[in-house]
Amino acid sequence: MKTSRSLLAAPYVLWMALFVVAPIVVVVIYAFTSAGVTAAEVGDFTWSNFTGMGIYLPIFTRSFQLALIATVICLLIGYPLAYAMAKEGPGFQRTATVLIMLPMWVNFLLRTYAWMAILENNGLLNQFFQSVGLIDLVNHILGTDMAYFRMIRTQGAVVLGMVYNYLPFMVLPIYSVIIKLDHSLLEAARDLGADSTGVFRRVIFPLSLPGILSGVTMVFVPSVSTFAISQLLGGGTHMLLGNLIELQFLGGAYSPHLGSAIALVMMVIVVICMWIMNRFGEGEEQAVVL
Amino acid sequence: MRKIAALILALALALSVSACTIERVEEDGGNSSTAGNGKPAGGRQVTVYSWGEYIDESLIDEFEAQTGITVNYRTVPSNEELYSQLQQGAISPDVIVPSDYMISQLIEEDWLQPLDYSKIPNFDKIADRFKNLSYDPENLYTVPYTWGTLGIIYNTTMVDEPITSWSAMFDDTAAGNVILIDNSRDAFGMALRYLGYSVNTTDENEIREAAALVADAWSKGVYQGKTMDGIFQIMEGGNAAIGTYYAGDFLSMYENNPDLAYVIPEEGSNWFVDAMCILKNAKNVDEAHEWINFIASTDANLRNMDYIWYASPNEEALEKYPAWYEEQYGEPLDQELYEIMAAPQEVLDRCESYLVLPQDIRQLYNELWIELSAA
Repeated sequence: MKTSRSLLAAPYVLWMALFVVAPIVVVVIYAFTSAGVTAAEVGDFTWSNFTGMGIYLPIFTRSFQLALIATVICLLIGYPLAYAMAKEGPGFQRTATVLIMLPMWVNFLLRTYAWMAILENNGLLNQFFQSVGLIDLVNHILGTDMAYFRMIRTQGAVVLGMVYNYLPFMVLPIYSVIIKLDHSLLEAARDLGADSTGVFRRVIFPLSLPGILSGVTMVFVPSVSTFAISQLLGGGTHMLLGNLIELQFLGGAYSPHLGSAIALVMMVIVVICMWIMNRFGEGEEQAVVL
Repeated sequence: MRKIAALILALALALSVSACTIERVEEDGGNSSTAGNGKPAGGRQVTVYSWGEYIDESLIDEFEAQTGITVNYRTVPSNEELYSQLQQGAISPDVIVPSDYMISQLIEEDWLQPLDYSKIPNFDKIADRFKNLSYDPENLYTVPYTWGTLGIIYNTTMVDEPITSWSAMFDDTAAGNVILIDNSRDAFGMALRYLGYSVNTTDENEIREAAALVADAWSKGVYQGKTMDGIFQIMEGGNAAIGTYYAGDFLSMYENNPDLAYVIPEEGSNWFVDAMCILKNAKNVDEAHEWINFIASTDANLRNMDYIWYASPNEEALEKYPAWYEEQYGEPLDQELYEIMAAPQEVLDRCESYLVLPQDIRQLYNELWIELSAA
């Protein structure tokens, strides 16, 4: 019985081995070696890919900082939304789910390009602000002389791009946890004298932690390593880790070894972050991540 | 056991995302002219890797009809990505169309095979000034495809007087309204020209001085951002006043926004050649030669030049183009625009083409470039 069941997992295990474990092994090998004589072979063992990495510290800090901000915003928007959805009737839930999923049916890059047209200096949003007189008003109040609001090619635009693209990954896991909560628990809490804030704070919120944890993971990890959003909406003004790694592979100095080392460090930091975070969820029965 | 499984899961998540950064979205890849058609078994074929929007596609159909050779026409976004994909063995082209500096690197690293020019009679039509250039001094490996210049594109309604110098890219008169080109070679190259140095210098101090000039402008807030292809949207929409890009692409932008102007600064600039080469391990060498000969013909050059707006190296095509244009469109060709596309020799004399830089200098460029946007 046991063998036949593990046989069922074979395709997945094979998939993981080929496309997850093997690439990680390659990344690790590249990270700890120097360039070989020809490109196909790797050179000797070395730490040098890591020792000079200090100069990239600002990039690491910025990437984690922006990803953290985006995650917090997603949580602040996503949790109330998920909570409200779970409390509404099935009709509302269906509509809301479709509305949340709908943008994801359009290619991620196309959506981000669309944001470029919206946020440009002469873009849709600035034209709108202009026509309703908002820009003049702000100029009048602040005594400035702006022709437009500077939105594109700023860090704010990058965070906006992250929040926009990854918000569904925060809402859906939280929603799916809250909707499955046992109502008898909530009734019991009320019977025992808890008011609505008490029920939320002491029952609903703790029980929805697993959803929050997986939501946070699913927003934070892609945000840390994004390169398309920072390139398109950030306009190259503030380099993020993803751009730094990309530059090692597609820049003028082709150095996959350094690129792998940076990617490895990033992965390790992400895993540590996730591990620390999940200590908070320890003991929760439904802890889904780590 | 569960802990280990969970750890692998987390790594998988992290990797699946970082893998995207490595592989990068393939822009208009898979752009095969034979999409959908199974290749005839044993049929002759040739695989060509070029840039996006860089050929009049009717030429592909015509070549296929004439020769019965199936063309697998694919594109990559940049020289660096082409090199990276070759290195990784991800692609196996017969013909590639890299730029001059990349060609010299590929020759140096023994990627290319000498061409059999007896199979490329149209090579004779290439103007002498585009033969034996520094990237291929004895002209053994290449047939030029297009050439052009790098210059300043600016919006005449957003600057006070016409721009003539690279200083426009560094001083803060248009602060916050300047777009920096997003590759270290071009960005530091214009600074080197401005300082009166060669774009091919290997003197570390000169390079550092140039990088410091860009970094200083950066910290003063001169640049709104840096981008490559993003500049089309920015300049066409009047979202920035000044940028740096290639002549052929300026003409595309100009068509959508006639307020734009192009200038090759008085300090001189970079001029480049993209040339067709055959890979050493090409599988279809004869077909590759046939393709190159076909593309080098005067007719193909005229049509390509008209379609992509990069100048042809074919002497006959260069001479005939104004008349050909008039015949096609029933109106005379704007001489000023033609000279932007095909810069006159006296302008080219002010410009330098890129040579491949040694690995340690490329590394230095990379480090200085990262420093710029890391802070």
